[in-house]
Amino acid sequence: MALLEINNLHARIEEQNILKGVDLTVGAGEVHAIMGPNGSGKSTFAAVLAGREEFEVTDGDVLYEGNDLLDMEPDERALEGVFLAFQYPVELPGVSMNNFLRQALNQQREHRGEEPLPAGAFLKRMRECAALVSLDPQLMSRSVNDGFSGGEKKRNEIFQLAMLEPRLAILDETDSGLDIDALRIVADGVNALRRSDRSFVVITHYQRLLNYIVPDVVHVMADGRIVRSGDKSLALELEEKGYDWIREEAVAA
Amino acid sequence: MPTTETEFLHEVAASEYKYGWETNVEADTIPKGLDEEVIRLISAKKEEPRWLLEWRLRAWRHWEKLAANPSEAYPRWPHLTYTEPDFRNITYYSSPSKKPRYESLDEVDPKLLETFERLGIPLAEQEKLAGVAVDVVLDSVSVHTTFKEELAELGIIFCSFGDAVQEHPELVQKYMGSVVPYTDNFYAALNAAVFSDGSFCYIPKGVRCPMELSTYFRINQAGTGQFERTLIIAEEGSYVSYLEGCTAPMRDENQLHAAVVEIVAEANAEVKYSTIQNWYPGDNEGRGGVYNFVTKRGICKGDRAKISWTQLETGSAITWKYPSVILKGDGSVGEFYSVAFTKGQQQADTGTKMVHVGKNTKSTIISKGISGGRSNNSYRGLVKINKGAERARNFSQCDSMLLGDRCGAHTFPYIEIKNPSAQVEHEATTSKIGEDQLFYCFQRGIGEEAAIKLIVNGFCKEILAKLPMEFAVEAQKLLDIELEGSVG
Ligand SMILES: Nc1ncnc2c1ncn2[C@@H]1O[C@H](COP(=O)(O)OP(=O)(O)O)[C@@H](O)[C@H]1O
Ligand SMILES: [Mg+2]
Repeated sequence: MALLEINNLHARIEEQNILKGVDLTVGAGEVHAIMGPNGSGKSTFAAVLAGREEFEVTDGDVLYEGNDLLDMEPDERALEGVFLAFQYPVELPGVSMNNFLRQALNQQREHRGEEPLPAGAFLKRMRECAALVSLDPQLMSRSVNDGFSGGEKKRNEIFQLAMLEPRLAILDETDSGLDIDALRIVADGVNALRRSDRSFVVITHYQRLLNYIVPDVVHVMADGRIVRSGDKSLALELEEKGYDWIREEAVAA
Repeated sequence: MPTTETEFLHEVAASEYKYGWETNVEADTIPKGLDEEVIRLISAKKEEPRWLLEWRLRAWRHWEKLAANPSEAYPRWPHLTYTEPDFRNITYYSSPSKKPRYESLDEVDPKLLETFERLGIPLAEQEKLAGVAVDVVLDSVSVHTTFKEELAELGIIFCSFGDAVQEHPELVQKYMGSVVPYTDNFYAALNAAVFSDGSFCYIPKGVRCPMELSTYFRINQAGTGQFERTLIIAEEGSYVSYLEGCTAPMRDENQLHAAVVEIVAEANAEVKYSTIQNWYPGDNEGRGGVYNFVTKRGICKGDRAKISWTQLETGSAITWKYPSVILKGDGSVGEFYSVAFTKGQQQADTGTKMVHVGKNTKSTIISKGISGGRSNNSYRGLVKINKGAERARNFSQCDSMLLGDRCGAHTFPYIEIKNPSAQVEHEATTSKIGEDQLFYCFQRGIGEEAAIKLIVNGFCKEILAKLPMEFAVEAQKLLDIELEGSVG
């Protein structure tokens, strides 16, 4: 059984159809890249999987570990191991990273019938995960994303991924806005987190991230549909030819 | 989804008051109504000196004049809708009748003690553990003051207002009404005429009060108005941190609370006044609840004096309250830090006045309003820089957060500058509790209720952090309780 099975997914916002029939199957431990021009619906796709309410699913279904994902509350999805690294991480003024993550982690543990992590073990785990993406441990006493630099925000997402150990991690343009050094740090972090029971959906506009995070499958999204899938060479082809080529094909189809 | 965020927020806003019970204590209550006789009776019951009775009567005559012309008497400017209390239908004095004074805790009616415990202030415990001196005002009479002797050794006077009148009449006479004269406003006049008790605090020159002084107010008797007066005098170079907590049982009718607080800070003195106000707000249909019309003002009389007001306001049907500072001494400092949370049908119009008189005076105002349900939450603030206030500075920040879409938040900043060297900064924001923020929490597995608590607590954090440690914990708990609701 695949970890994630999406059939004919349609979604809209305010009468505007954005996803127009997405099909995608992700097996356990696989890394799938989704590329596509701006506005093609990649973030919408990620948000719909995570359960953002503004988007209305009008057709199709999503099975996650054999269960109807669309029937679950957003926090339930998270507790079941779905993680979204946000394209634009949100600031929570006055809410310390410590407090935020302790609540998140303990909710998960409670969901699995486990005791809360003792403070010492929690702090140790925080330090280890922060080191994975070279995140300054000082940030843990600051408010979530508040006053973080662009790069810190992106690394913070991968740090949280490491803390929460999801089974499905969706990365929405985690590479955008990162310089080459930061990109490497993030990619190394993600690679260190790859496991046979953890799948990744890596959304990116550029091919360069995929030099570091090597995907099993590359998909191209255009106008709310996956119009082409292939191996990692597809990413290189796109880099060379640009997205116009795909867009023309999508319109022709 | 079974519960939308909006529905949840409405549930939160509908969650009920947790402090509504009534203590059955025999009470000595005078008949309802207000006339000169009532005032003479109150004064006589309290065995007051002649000058005080006369002061009350002058206030009473002033109030009567105001009351004769209601269209001008009542403050109309607040953003509040309500019917004026019926002043003839209020009991102006009620005291637990069993014993008027207690020398030790053993003598106190066990039912009263139980009340305190339900309020979370077990006196006996606090005496030993917390090192907080508590003066409890139940309805109108101060029941017990702990730590009095320890404080007395330092020359600190902390007692009920009534005791102060008996034991330190010269201090009371000198300062009472010097910051809030009875002519100040309608409710200040009423309070001056009928006030029953309150707290008195005197810190001598150079003394740092070694413990937090705390007063717990509670309205118990049905149909009782609570009119307490608090007077705090900090002599040169002294320091005191004063805490005030308030609750009231649930009742269908509106109860009136019209208090006056006066603070005098001499040169280099510092007074920190913290309030957690949790009066009964009425039910969700807007029945009952306390009308909280309070005049609080401090004067930084000497140079470099400092007065800070910090408040968490979660209660009352109607709140009308503007703790203020007159910055008279050169280099004196005034601060106002406030969190006001309203839900159900509550209405709050609260803020501050900072009046800069001295040179190099400085004031800071940080106000956080959170509104849920159908409530209305307004900030109203005045920053006044007088002509002689060279290089005065003010910074004001007023943030409002809306929980849901049926509530209101309003900001009314008034700025009067008569000296061109003044620096005045004002920032204001209003936001609906962020969908993005909630979703971010959900996505990490944090449920709706926990997410709302997290975000609201974060929003208030810089204010709650200003409260003394134990009070801050209580404030956070109270805020969490107020935010509680069952997720469907
Ligand atoms: N909240 C929204 N309200 C209205 N339109 C939206 C909203 N979010 C996305 N869209 C529209 O949906 C389309 C796809 O956007 P998005 O999913 O962000 O694309 P991508 O991530 O591929 O750049 C765009 O046309 C965008 O304008
Ligand atoms: Mg996007």
